[in-house]
Amino acid sequence: MSTVLDLKGVEVCYGRVEALRGLDLTVGEREIVALLGNNGAGKSTTVSTISGVVRSRAGSITAFGDDITSATPWSIVERGILHVPEGRRIFSRLTVHENLQLGGYTVRDNAVIDKRINEVYELFPRMAERRGQQGGTLSGGEQQMLAIGRAMVAGPRLIMLDEPSMGLAPLVVAQVMEAIVAINQAGASVLLIEQNARAALKVAHRGYVLDSGRVTVTGPADELRADPQVVEAYLGA
Amino acid sequence: MDHLIQLILDGLFVGSFYALVALGYSMVYGIIKLLNFAHGDIYMLGAFAGFTVLSVGAGALGGGFLALIVIMALAMVGTGAFGVVLERVAYRPLRNAPRLSVLITAVGASFALEYGIAVTFGPNPQVYPIGVSGGALGIAGARITYAQLAMMAIAVVLMVALDALVRKTRAGRAMRAISLDPKACLLMGVNVDRVISRTFFLGSALAGAAGVMAGAYYGKIDFLMGFVIGLKAFTAAVIGGIGNLRGAVLGAIVLGLLESFGVAFLGSQWRDVFAFGFLILFLTVRPTGLLGERVTERV
Ligand SMILES: Nc1ncnc2c1ncn2[C@@H]1O[C@H](COP(=O)(O)OP(=O)(O)O)[C@@H](O)[C@H]1O
Ligand SMILES: [Mg+2]
Repeated sequence: MSTVLDLKGVEVCYGRVEALRGLDLTVGEREIVALLGNNGAGKSTTVSTISGVVRSRAGSITAFGDDITSATPWSIVERGILHVPEGRRIFSRLTVHENLQLGGYTVRDNAVIDKRINEVYELFPRMAERRGQQGGTLSGGEQQMLAIGRAMVAGPRLIMLDEPSMGLAPLVVAQVMEAIVAINQAGASVLLIEQNARAALKVAHRGYVLDSGRVTVTGPADELRADPQVVEAYLGA
Repeated sequence: MDHLIQLILDGLFVGSFYALVALGYSMVYGIIKLLNFAHGDIYMLGAFAGFTVLSVGAGALGGGFLALIVIMALAMVGTGAFGVVLERVAYRPLRNAPRLSVLITAVGASFALEYGIAVTFGPNPQVYPIGVSGGALGIAGARITYAQLAMMAIAVVLMVALDALVRKTRAGRAMRAISLDPKACLLMGVNVDRVISRTFFLGSALAGAAGVMAGAYYGKIDFLMGFVIGLKAFTAAVIGGIGNLRGAVLGAIVLGLLESFGVAFLGSQWRDVFAFGFLILFLTVRPTGLLGERVTERV
């Protein structure tokens, strides 16, 4: 399996706060990798650094064979690396359809955008029903679907989701996880950030546990599920 | 009755160039939440750009409708480019600075422009080489010149084109999205800086067109002409709901008509009192304007 994303010794600081202290992480082709950890562990910083909106102080990030350590956020999106942010960040005063169109901002061909939007509508029929409605009027689960749909329109080869299950009812979490598996089966690699370790390890192939900006445990998902340390800290008794 | 129609025509003409200035004000505010204090001076720059083109090339251009279009187009390109440079040099470095710093920079840019022009063209008013005399259309005793009609038509075309651009195109969608959440736009692959540059280009170009219209209407221009109109455009934008483009046009037309009637009934010394009276009224009673929706500040 070839590696699509490779972080080596990545360090990130916010002023005095060291958010990442030498992070090593890889994602393989067509792999679903879970990134777990408590609040403040550095999970969001990790994806924001990959997507170019936060700058690293040291280390390197390689994606699809190119060094993207200091690439611009838009050139990273153009490479098919999509970041679905924490809190969804739906454009509240744009319609569902316009949100999806904006997801295709880097796609030049309108026919391709329309085709992908239709695929989103097939995956999430709720979005098709609400296409003319403003994004801000959707429920949390619908906003998450829209956020994932927006990334799909860009044509992701690697999709990174930051806590997609946050604040959602268990039934909706299951739907969202199903969609993530579907995107993966369609060919994209996935970096799935979750505090909800149980849900994430159900769909992931491999995982990392992050603590204070460092990887503390890593391995295949079934090993992590059995790891006493992980069970105690993240899966409950 | 004749008198009434004349007042309406005058109000609409003035309102239409206020609208062009208010649009740029509102667009820039919408996208980066900056009250671009120098925006009125870009309008002044447009008037001087048109003046320069006319002084240099008047013979070659002749005096017809085509000349008017060429002059407005050149003034628009000039002020548009200037707006892009202004944003790049003065505002972009302060994107993450406190708003007060940016506002002070905008006031500084405004003075720099005003006195830069005063030094270049001299402090005295210049007579504008095209005017709104010449052939006129009579409507029930009221009078509007062909030049005025042409300029209003151009203003309307510009406004309709801008509206379509913002509502229907990829670039317009990006502008609206940036005004809601610029960071999320980065994750959609939007080159936010480039879109902001384009917004400054459009807003400044519209102000440039308005400058030419004002020069032709009032017959003379001077380096301080942008100061009051900047405040009036701000008033129009507030009346309509700042950040709302259709609102800015509505606010400008309302303001143009109010001034036209106010001046007729109370005298011209009252012109600016109206504008600023309304600004205060709206800021107190309905700060979101006629069309503005409640704005929640982003964190
Ligand atoms: N913009 C910021 N400014 C300052 N500190 C930040 C900022 N964002 C995150 N941090 C700090 O960096 C650390 C990692 O945060 P984050 O990556 O958001 O963690 P997680 O997503 O795992 O909860 C935390 O200590 C957090 O307080
Ligand atoms: Mg987080």
